[in-house]
Amino acid sequence: MSVQNLHAWYGAQHTLKDINIHLEEKMATAIIGPSGCGKSTFIRCLNRMHETAPYAKVQGQVKLADQDIYSLDPVDVRRVVGMVFQKPNPFPTMSIFDNVAVGLRLGGIRRQSELRERVEQSLQMAALWDEVKDRLNKPATALSGGQQQRLCIARALAVEPDVLLMDEPASALDPISTMRVEELVQQLKNDYTVVIVTHNMQQAARIADKTAFFLQGELIEFGETTTIFTKPVDSRTEDYITGRFG
Amino acid sequence: MQQRQSFDIALKELKLKLLRMGGDIQDAIRIAVSALEKSDISLAQEVVENDIAINRQDHEVEDLCIRLIATQQPVATDLRKIISGMRLSMDLERMGDLAVDIAKSTIRLNGQPISRSLDDIREMAQTIDQMISEALNAYVNNDVEAARHLASLDDDVDHRYRKLVEGLFAHSASSPSDTSQAMTLAFCGRYLERIGDHATNIGESVIYIISGERSDLN
Repeated sequence: MSVQNLHAWYGAQHTLKDINIHLEEKMATAIIGPSGCGKSTFIRCLNRMHETAPYAKVQGQVKLADQDIYSLDPVDVRRVVGMVFQKPNPFPTMSIFDNVAVGLRLGGIRRQSELRERVEQSLQMAALWDEVKDRLNKPATALSGGQQQRLCIARALAVEPDVLLMDEPASALDPISTMRVEELVQQLKNDYTVVIVTHNMQQAARIADKTAFFLQGELIEFGETTTIFTKPVDSRTEDYITGRFG
Repeated sequence: MQQRQSFDIALKELKLKLLRMGGDIQDAIRIAVSALEKSDISLAQEVVENDIAINRQDHEVEDLCIRLIATQQPVATDLRKIISGMRLSMDLERMGDLAVDIAKSTIRLNGQPISRSLDDIREMAQTIDQMISEALNAYVNNDVEAARHLASLDDDVDHRYRKLVEGLFAHSASSPSDTSQAMTLAFCGRYLERIGDHATNIGESVIYIISGERSDLN
């Protein structure tokens, strides 16, 4: 996924300023930076979620497989660029099974056997199958927070996206659930392009191949995660990751 | 702006501990060489006994570094300072052990007068003292150039060590009865030469802290 000259606004507020970055295929890229630096806005631009906000505006190109996603139908874009949010948001009135199947049904899959197969496959990829296989018809809200988040990941994976965007996916979870989500990201990056926004420096260091540091809407530094966390080039990156500001 | 006061205070504490340890090591080496020159066993014994305090300082530095890694999750320059702090402490502790080895050589000589000039050993010790001072100054002042300068001082120490060994061989050939003493002095030269290598290691750690680059000053 390639981002070129990307700008974003909320009304008069210029939230992203001329972002140029190449997010490599089948790798995890972490987006770090202090609150309000534009991290979430950035990933919301990658699946055209940003433009759904009132007074929001985007300019620039986001290319996926040489196609600018801003020339495509937003619904199609969101099918190939899935998103997982900070707070687990399963559909509260639906069962575990239906939460994962809903995107498939909307995509036109009706055959029950195919639905079952795809739901199982997605739950397995999200490392949740073994915990829920005997209670697929129970409400999703009966699951723990960590399980609900993995259910949301399964829901995103069910429609077979190319890119998975994760906006602080573990910030509302306990340490054990956080570890499971991190392990899951480690596995998912073998098959998907993962972009993860996180406030947790150690989490970025653990799971991301590359890391991008944003500050006041600008991309300050982008490089190998090991380099960013051992010898960053820009002093602002150093100050942020060492906790001297932000 | 400043948001990690307690961490910064702990990093300063680490620096102070290392400087104090470095000063104690310099004293240990000076006393060990002086004891050798004077064939003073009680002075040599003092170096051996003081090594316990140096080892304790090494453990304190290590404990502090482990605590900072476990509790502060350091990255970038902070991480390099802590990792290098552990290495520095290890190098200083090894220097202390080598000072003890020189002191034990004096004890083994058992008060017998040295039958030849100790000029080479004295000069090596002076250069090494200068190297440790410069290494510690480079550490305090984040001075890459001073750290790099240690390489040429180490060459000087190596050169004097070779001269010492050659002189001892020549002397042993003409006075076979002094062979045992010559061997002991050759070992002392070797211990000093190794101390010089540890001082260059400190220079390498300083360069790593500042630039993140690995170097070889030996």
